[in-house]
Amino acid sequence: MMETAQIEIQLIAIVTAVACALPGVFLVLRRMTLMSDAISHAILPGIVLAFFLTESLSSPLLILAAAGTGVLTVVFVELLQRTKLVKEDAAIGLTFPALFSIGVILISRFAENVHLDMDAVLLGELAYASFNRLEIFGYNLGPVSLYVMGTILVLNLAFILVFYKELKLVTFDASLATALGFTPTLIHYGLMTLVSVTTVGAFEAVGSILVVALIAGPPATAYLMTDKLSRMLILSAIIGSVNAVSGYWLASIFDVSIAGAIATTMLLIFGLVFLTVPNRGLIAIARRHARQKWEFAQTMLVIHLFNHEGLPEAEAESAVAHLHEHLSWNPDFTTQVVKYALNNRCVSQDETLLTLTEHGRTIAQQALVQ
Amino acid sequence: MENLSILTHLDYTLMTVAIGAALLGTVSGALGTYAVLRRQSLLGDAISHAALPGIAIAFLLTGSKTPLILVLGAAIAGWLGTLLILSIVRLTRIKYDSALAIVLSTFFGFGLVLHTLIQRTGNANQAGLDTFLFGQAATILERDVLTIGILGGVALIIMLIFWKELKLLVFDEGFAASIGLPTRTLDILLTSLLVIAIVLGLQAVGAVLMSAMLVAPAVAARQWTNRLRLMVFLAACFGALAGVIGTIISSTASRIPTGPTIVLCATVIVGISITFAPNRGLVWDWLRQQRNRRNLKIETSRN
Repeated sequence: MMETAQIEIQLIAIVTAVACALPGVFLVLRRMTLMSDAISHAILPGIVLAFFLTESLSSPLLILAAAGTGVLTVVFVELLQRTKLVKEDAAIGLTFPALFSIGVILISRFAENVHLDMDAVLLGELAYASFNRLEIFGYNLGPVSLYVMGTILVLNLAFILVFYKELKLVTFDASLATALGFTPTLIHYGLMTLVSVTTVGAFEAVGSILVVALIAGPPATAYLMTDKLSRMLILSAIIGSVNAVSGYWLASIFDVSIAGAIATTMLLIFGLVFLTVPNRGLIAIARRHARQKWEFAQTMLVIHLFNHEGLPEAEAESAVAHLHEHLSWNPDFTTQVVKYALNNRCVSQDETLLTLTEHGRTIAQQALVQ
Repeated sequence: MENLSILTHLDYTLMTVAIGAALLGTVSGALGTYAVLRRQSLLGDAISHAALPGIAIAFLLTGSKTPLILVLGAAIAGWLGTLLILSIVRLTRIKYDSALAIVLSTFFGFGLVLHTLIQRTGNANQAGLDTFLFGQAATILERDVLTIGILGGVALIIMLIFWKELKLLVFDEGFAASIGLPTRTLDILLTSLLVIAIVLGLQAVGAVLMSAMLVAPAVAARQWTNRLRLMVFLAACFGALAGVIGTIISSTASRIPTGPTIVLCATVIVGISITFAPNRGLVWDWLRQQRNRRNLKIETSRN
């Protein structure tokens, strides 16, 4: 029997994972995943300043201020890029460490006496998320972060459902979107605002570095499994949830950091899919390569036989024992290729000679025409 | 007399830290140039985060906190992470940015798991997570300066030996491959040099800010020149300058952490370069526009 706290923590983890995965899909497709890394670090000064004002880590003002800093980061990066003096990747690499540095200096200069733990900001601790409870008129309504992340999830879902068509168009063909009169900039900033808000909401639970795992991991894994945007969104949400729950159990079995365990299972799930997914997985690729090697050799063999078919030297050229000399292959390889071709009924063997079958002849002809 | 000896002692510590920071700035500035030119500015961020499990495993296996062993663990993990990024990009349709983000965050998460395991064993001899994240420039000792100098020097010498090949790799990889250079090996070589610069820098500025030490000096240097030779040299100088100034500023008052100050100094150097650099800078660009506008007016009034 699970305790309420355990169920609550898992619920928070699932809601956070899904809320992160949904906008993450568009970041992965638009090649902007690293913006989430930048935002998650750069919101630090926003969090610190708002914390000085409110002295609480979960006030709505703090979330707003931090999300504002996140959007500001996006603006900074784009201004830098627009000077044409700095490329996008370098612009990101300049902006977030600078903002993060300001945050760290502010904390160590002024926050000595206030309770603001750097580790909490960077690493998060899901186990504590259910301590802070929402109470109205003395009724205990459950953990605050569940409400916060739930609201953000609804927000993300609503944005994606309402602007699905626009998001799709801007993601896959930005110039067509502009030509049709949509404003990619507006959608872009809408998405970036969502990412900022989501990141801020999630940092308390999983910390700002592991938010990136939740934003990039499930969508990238889903990207390996499907070509359809709608399916990719659903798959990402499912993978994110599976990941959150299995990460939680891994953490409670080994008694380690929950956020860290969620990221670790993310790596495992991604690795598993990367290996085994049909068509695009490593195993599928390796098998295709192996098959292509044998098919190519088989084609060489039938072309060779075809070239000499019906000619006086045919007997010498198609003797199984001497094939390897004519094709300059090594003998073992030649035996295997002959076996492969026999299996595929491209050739038939009468004692020591190979002759083409009808099927083999067609393959040779087709290969030569190409 | 007693006061004086404390003063010289302080100065000596400060000097050691400043020299260490300057050396780090030099190495990361020079090598960061290649990362920035290849548009891999954020690779440094990924490598520095991916190093955490390596440090934890090195500690779990050996039980020692010797910097060299931890650095070796960090380097191996960072290197493996980069290799994973490169193969994800090569073998799947996942793009560079997503591959980077996945490796960065999940390796770090795994490191965090290992770290909590270490903490749970109650071993007092912990590999400090805070030190890894934010660096602790103030703890740079003479011994560390020596390590930085030797390893960094080796990395820079290797860079100089393969100067021509690396230059070709950076500017025209396709051509490099076509004349028979082993581009994939060179790619791994360049990454390995980067890994060395990063794991050396972790102690001073920490994982989160390490990427700035690679990117900022190089971006600043780029504004002043179009030549690789000069750019590498300038980036090294800017890196060293940021290191020294940052160390000095943070020593003037209490509770100003050194790493972030160094990063902010480097950012200021970038700001100055972007604004004032001749030919490319914003001021220069504005002046040119004004001149063009004036010339255009004169020409139209003549007609």
